[in-house]
Amino acid sequence: MATYTPSTPIDHLGGIKPPEPPAGGGDDGRSASFPDYRARLRRARLGLICGIATVCMVFISLTSAYIFRQGLPTFDGTTNSYVHDWGSVNLPWMLLFINTALLLASSVTMELARRNAARQAALAPVESIPGVSLGSERSFPWLAITVLLGFGFLAGQWLAWIELHNRGFYVNTNPSSSFTFLLTVTHAVHLAGGLIALLWAATASLRHKTAEARQIAVDISAWYWHFMLVLWVYIFALLGIAR
Amino acid sequence: MATPVSVHAHAAPQGFIRKYIFSLDHKVIGIQYFFLALTAVFVGMFLSLLMRIHMIWPTAVLPIVGEIKPEQYLSLLTMHGTIMVFFVLTTAPQGGFGNYVLPIQIGAPDMAFPVLNMLSFWTTFVGFIVIIAAFFVTGGAPLHGWTGYPPLSAVQSAGPGEGLGADLWITSIAIFCIASLMGALNFITTTLDLRAKGMSLMRMPLTVWSWFITAILGLLAFGVLLSAGILLLLDRNMGTSFYVPLINVNGVMMGHKGGSPLLWQHLFWFFGHPEVYIAILPGMGVTSQVLSTFSRKPIFGYKAMVYAMLAIGFFGFMVWGHHMFMSGMSPYSAFAFSILTMCIGVPSAIKTFNWLGTMWKGHIRFDTPMLYAIGFVSLFVSGGLSGPFLAQPVLDIQLHDTYFVVGHFHLIMGVAAIFGIFAATYYWFPKMFGRMMNETWGRIHFFITLAGTYAIFMPMHYLGMAGQTRRYSQFTEVAYQTKLIPLQTFMTYAAIITIAAQFIFVINLFWSMFKGPKASDNPWEATTLEWTTTTPPPHDNFGGVTPVVHHGPYEYGVPGAPRDYVMQNDPATYAAH
Ligand code: HEM
Ligand SMILES: [Cu+2]
Repeated sequence: MATYTPSTPIDHLGGIKPPEPPAGGGDDGRSASFPDYRARLRRARLGLICGIATVCMVFISLTSAYIFRQGLPTFDGTTNSYVHDWGSVNLPWMLLFINTALLLASSVTMELARRNAARQAALAPVESIPGVSLGSERSFPWLAITVLLGFGFLAGQWLAWIELHNRGFYVNTNPSSSFTFLLTVTHAVHLAGGLIALLWAATASLRHKTAEARQIAVDISAWYWHFMLVLWVYIFALLGIAR
Repeated sequence: MATPVSVHAHAAPQGFIRKYIFSLDHKVIGIQYFFLALTAVFVGMFLSLLMRIHMIWPTAVLPIVGEIKPEQYLSLLTMHGTIMVFFVLTTAPQGGFGNYVLPIQIGAPDMAFPVLNMLSFWTTFVGFIVIIAAFFVTGGAPLHGWTGYPPLSAVQSAGPGEGLGADLWITSIAIFCIASLMGALNFITTTLDLRAKGMSLMRMPLTVWSWFITAILGLLAFGVLLSAGILLLLDRNMGTSFYVPLINVNGVMMGHKGGSPLLWQHLFWFFGHPEVYIAILPGMGVTSQVLSTFSRKPIFGYKAMVYAMLAIGFFGFMVWGHHMFMSGMSPYSAFAFSILTMCIGVPSAIKTFNWLGTMWKGHIRFDTPMLYAIGFVSLFVSGGLSGPFLAQPVLDIQLHDTYFVVGHFHLIMGVAAIFGIFAATYYWFPKMFGRMMNETWGRIHFFITLAGTYAIFMPMHYLGMAGQTRRYSQFTEVAYQTKLIPLQTFMTYAAIITIAAQFIFVINLFWSMFKGPKASDNPWEATTLEWTTTTPPPHDNFGGVTPVVHHGPYEYGVPGAPRDYVMQNDPATYAAH
């Protein structure tokens, strides 16, 4: 009978392979020990990518509904003919451009905050050496500014909705206005989620989290925040161009 | 790695609440999901019992529920379908067993995001409470079926139950979507990032592959259902016209105009078809695992099994139109959807033949898990064969919305997935609860259930071909259907017996939990990592040791090995070198 040695390939049924040296493949055992900073960062980013994929699916389906509904001929009982009832919305352009600028600016400050936090996390071990001080001056509060700009964007969107109402466009006025409200409000809800994450990250140091935990929170919220910007630009373009 | 001793990310919790209620331990959460699904399945089963009784004795006055009115029949049907699809078939295999077993099988101490994991469970739980609440509000539960087609589902005044009941129904589904999305995110990250050293993708047990692919499907599908549900809520409550055309309900013109019910159908089925695979894929994984273990043979064509599941998942997103052949779609699209649907038959057949190949000439041990796995294969074949029939637009025009479809999806999705759950329960019960379930009662339960389900669902195909339509509460007075009453009566008796037999299962479950014989660490002599740790596993799964994987998942009957199986973490010291 053949002895079971690593050089005996018994692969014809699949599954059985001589034991490879346990390398590659898994995450080299990092997971089981308390994961180090880089591993935790990678794990959190992986989770974020999944989350972003989900949000993308939500907006992809809303977009396809948008296109479908826009192209749909509807039967009009009064004239016995097919008509397009998509309608139109008189968007408050100025306001929306200002909001876009706010969000754009917040994305920039967010990125600065992220890099700042990354630097701090990298230096954290050095700081802990007794006698070594990297100066106690507080770094510029980019995160706080981002939060303010984020609230500014939400307030601006709120004003835009009021302005739409003033101009006589409600969620049920016509399909076009329904989608305008639907897309902007859904985006705002997701952005508000991002704001909560930002506040969470900003208060991490108050809640006695390590610099590394804070950095991870900042990093994740930052990428989510950039995604929110891209999403907003996309929605704005959809509402503005594919009207 | 230099140090085998690990520090678990969170310490073992103290106190009842942190340990059993708001636990972060994936094993506790898995068991919570399992019991949630067990509760749900009994609710769903009870509803189906009422439906079957109403069908043949439409005027019977039943204890507690009284006489079932036609609209109440529709509520029963809707709640039965929704609870079964979401809170049983999606909850138990993925949330329950996936949660419990996946981290252990890849050698991880827990899920990637334990807090998120706890949140997904409690969100699912809230979703379940909300849907059950629909029974108790004015008007009762909704009437629109688990598929929720508008305009019925989109107009508050369309019927009793379409008011608050339907709002609760949609809200519950939206909550469920969010819970599933959080779960999917966790499963994907865990599988990609937490595998132990040596656990390469192609060494993952097929169960892990199936949970992983299911999670990907969930991640991509539930977002679509969520947006579809938001549109529905807006149509119902904000007067928009996404789905509702110009419509007159009970003599009243509704304010809507220009919407399209087909938009819902597209969005719903874009989710709905992947959803049926979300329900069945974990069952496929468990079946592969169990067939290989109890045949004492490697799984036949491991790689083919993986690629087949990937192909099923991939094609699953391109066939939603086969639920809409009757919607007046262009014959060219119908043709495309038809061909793509038939394509799924290929990977499905590959899996079936590989299962048979696995058992072929094996030293089969007919323990209860094995019986259920074989039952799964049987049901998958009988239910799957009617798929290609339905995939023909020409035939589907006759068969759509008849009992033929009901028979098809109950065999393949309903009962096959349930058999997967049973196989998983009997298989992992020793690991989860530290004791063995009773074999004799397990087998009795199996044979009654197998015969019973075939007796209930096989005749449905004939009913359908004879023109019996789906979702009608009363037909005993319809002339051309009266000839079918004896068959219907037979099915109802079969249902009563089968449902009664499920009590054997629950009693066995609870009795064994406390009184069953103690289980060893590896009672089935299986190879995967969950059987390398103690029974039940410690809080961090491996008691501070980081497992290292040296073997594929199904190394049975390896020549030269001391036993007929080689554990995945066996460093192969007996090899002659
Ligand atoms: C070879 C594989 C399969 C094919 C070709 C197939 C084909 C079809 C078709 C064409 C329909 C639509 C019938 C109609 O409504 O008129 C259908 C319905 C259905 N199928 Fe399948 N199917 C397959 C496998 C599955 C699997 C694996 C599941 C579940 C795990 C499943 C679950 C369902 C359900 C739930 C419905 C009914 C939905 C409803 O209308 O309420 N099918 N199938
Ligand atoms: Cu389908």
